[in-house]
Amino acid sequence: MADDLEQFRRDTRAWLEANCPPEMREPVRSEKDICWGGRKWTFQSEAQRRWLEIMAERGWTVPDWPREYGGGGLSPAEAKVLRQEMASLGCRKPLESFGISMLGPALLKYGTEEQKQEHLPKIARGEIRWCQGYSEPNAGSDLASLATRAEDKGDHFLVNGQKVWTSYADQADWIFCLVRTDPAAKQGGISFLLFDMETPGVSTKPILLISGNSPFCETFFDDVVVPKDQVLGAVNDGWSVAKYLLGHEREMISGMGGRSLGPSLPELALRRAGRDEHGRLDDPVLRARIALFEVRSHAFAAMSERFLDRLKAGSVHPAQASMMKYLGTELNKDRHELLMAAGGSEALEWDSEASHGGAAARAWLRTKANSIEGGTSEIQLNIVAKRILELPEA
Amino acid sequence: MPLFLDAEQEMLADTVRPFIAETAPVAHLRALRDADDPAGFSRKVWRAFAGMGFTGVLVDEAHGGLGLGQVEAGIVLEEIGRNLTPSPFLGTAVGAVEALRHADEAMQGSWLPRIVSGEVVAALALDESARHRPERVALKAERHGNGFRLSGAKQFVAFGHEADLLVVSARTSGGAADEDGVTLFALPRTQAGVTVSAERLADVSMAARVELDGVELDGSAVIGEVDGGRAVLNRVLSCVRAGAASELQGVAEGASAMTLDYLKQRKQFGRVIGSYQALQHRAAHLYSELEVARAATLKAQQSLDAGSDTADRDASVAKAMAGMASGLAVREAVQMHGGIGMTDEYDVGFFMKRQRVLAEMFGDTDYHADLLARMEGY
Ligand SMILES: Cc1cc2nc3c(=O)[nH]c(=O)nc-3n(C[C@H](O)[C@H](O)[C@H](O)COP(=O)(O)OP(=O)(O)OC[C@H]3O[C@@H](n4cnc5c(N)ncnc54)[C@H](O)[C@@H]3O)c2cc1C
Repeated sequence: MADDLEQFRRDTRAWLEANCPPEMREPVRSEKDICWGGRKWTFQSEAQRRWLEIMAERGWTVPDWPREYGGGGLSPAEAKVLRQEMASLGCRKPLESFGISMLGPALLKYGTEEQKQEHLPKIARGEIRWCQGYSEPNAGSDLASLATRAEDKGDHFLVNGQKVWTSYADQADWIFCLVRTDPAAKQGGISFLLFDMETPGVSTKPILLISGNSPFCETFFDDVVVPKDQVLGAVNDGWSVAKYLLGHEREMISGMGGRSLGPSLPELALRRAGRDEHGRLDDPVLRARIALFEVRSHAFAAMSERFLDRLKAGSVHPAQASMMKYLGTELNKDRHELLMAAGGSEALEWDSEASHGGAAARAWLRTKANSIEGGTSEIQLNIVAKRILELPEA
Repeated sequence: MPLFLDAEQEMLADTVRPFIAETAPVAHLRALRDADDPAGFSRKVWRAFAGMGFTGVLVDEAHGGLGLGQVEAGIVLEEIGRNLTPSPFLGTAVGAVEALRHADEAMQGSWLPRIVSGEVVAALALDESARHRPERVALKAERHGNGFRLSGAKQFVAFGHEADLLVVSARTSGGAADEDGVTLFALPRTQAGVTVSAERLADVSMAARVELDGVELDGSAVIGEVDGGRAVLNRVLSCVRAGAASELQGVAEGASAMTLDYLKQRKQFGRVIGSYQALQHRAAHLYSELEVARAATLKAQQSLDAGSDTADRDASVAKAMAGMASGLAVREAVQMHGGIGMTDEYDVGFFMKRQRVLAEMFGDTDYHADLLARMEGY
């Protein structure tokens, strides 16, 4: 067993070394370095295109999905080895997407065979990019109060209403969307629909964020026709699917706690502040803050490893995904506060070439959303308090 | 290796947990305190631990031990922490045993079986100042005939006044801050020239100041290489740091279990206080911190057992993180109990005091954050 895994590790490493283009082993510097795929995607480089193509061929964009749906069919232990080897060689992820991190797992659990065959391979190959239509102007933390209507018209649903904060809606090809199919029930009146963003009646309007980017939109539905075989799970049972998916979304967002664009915090600080006569960072208070942060960062890395190991072994409390989301996002916000402090006045530049178009400042601002999107920190703490600690309702 | 306990380790935990809870619960600590017990721990409990094999958890089977690793030692320490059992376990069964692994067969044969049987208690004599700075070793060991003559002082030696064996770091060459020139000695406490004076600490445990005035030892008392003790010292320190993190985890879990019970039972304004969101969020935050600390500690122990390159770093991360999380646990415990948490009659204060001592032992969070920064080159 252990020997097989060591063999797999050696083979994987050798293959990655031989096949990962050198450009794809450079640290990710800005959002553009991350490949999201989809019909509208323009590859930033030939290397980015090739890396996606050869990884998708092996099923390694989604290493632990079954092979029949475009996955790599790896065991949890093998998938962990692949992650570790990619991290140690500095290989970029070939593809990032809501299809992989959110919809895919829900399709695998709730999809019909036809739905799986139709959607999973296109997600694995980065051909179709998905967006998430959950939040509405009056349904944020209290998501189940959503009002977008889907009327039963016999062979199809007719969808009318509005979503908001729909990330990348203007660049996505398809949407997974929560709609109300029964106005009389709250959670029990929600269904989970899948449809093409090019369907007549769908329109999007970008919203500008404090980071100066506009990665999310208001999304409007005006008499949108959705065939009935595009419901995931049972009609009026969309809440189960939605919650299952949210668990995966939270894991994905918590993963950001362990990752950052560009040089590490100590590296950046050393570049700016230099070393004192003992070789230590020549800014003792910043050094202390960074060191205490790095303790948390390493400890969180161990927590992530343990969480994933227990998740794969089926021994983790399901509400621990909320804990991970809370911890990872708060840590990531702290990291970016320190990156700004370490960067000093140069980190404030908004457009300059030297600053990669204000990458540091924009990333700092973007991270503020981490503890809002996918359910706020306060909501995660509510879930931990009630479901794990079993503290009583007010 | 997955980052959770395997089936055999879970079984060990299932044995240790009820055993320590019955043999040495918090009431046992209180009784020792009320009796102003001069040893600060119970030999009877120590022998009971030996009877269960705990004292030999890290000792190889050839010397009568269980031949297990740091993860298993951590399982025992977590329960010691949860029950606030006053015990020389960390210094003896982890610290001294780990040091003796690097000794020759004659020395191992003379000490290890007696540690396993519970006859002998040992202590690490490393600190020389109020703040933990084991990298500075000023206590001198000068060549003298076939052996050495040791002079200098150590402090914060847990249960040193009762220990039969002291593991002492000494300077055999170079200046106090030099990497090389450190040697570890196995020193019987009753050797001529050794003066031990014990003080009771805030948590009822006892710590000794040890003064050595021309103590003569022959060459066979050296653990490992003369002048080359630094590597062994670092390994011993990493093991006891990870061990102290486990003990802190137990202290924190014990305090937070009491607190959660209280939140579910105490009523004010006509409802249980645990239904107030202000307290729920703090309890959930605390739970999260404790889970992170647990992961960091288990990681360190697995790394130490696997001999991984990152073991020393992981041990520092564990000790620093456990210090933070357990500190939060005991402070929240006292605060969320209100007035009763401040009374001597209620147990929660004992948790706060024990946490404070363990947080300091073998380096506090600040020390380890600084050490981590040095290891990572800034
Ligand atoms: C960058 C970004 C991307 C996003 N992407 C998407 C997307 O792709 N698809 C999508 O559907 N949605 C998306 N969202 C929306 C996100 O899920 C919501 O913003 C979030 O759920 C919070 O809802 P709200 O904004 O209405 O805030 P509100 O729910 O109004 O919350 C306001 C404040 O009140 C607090 N609060 C609310 N209820 C409670 C309570 N019970 N107890 C304690 N405190 C409470 C909140 O924690 C928050 O601090 C995105 C959001 C952001 C910022």
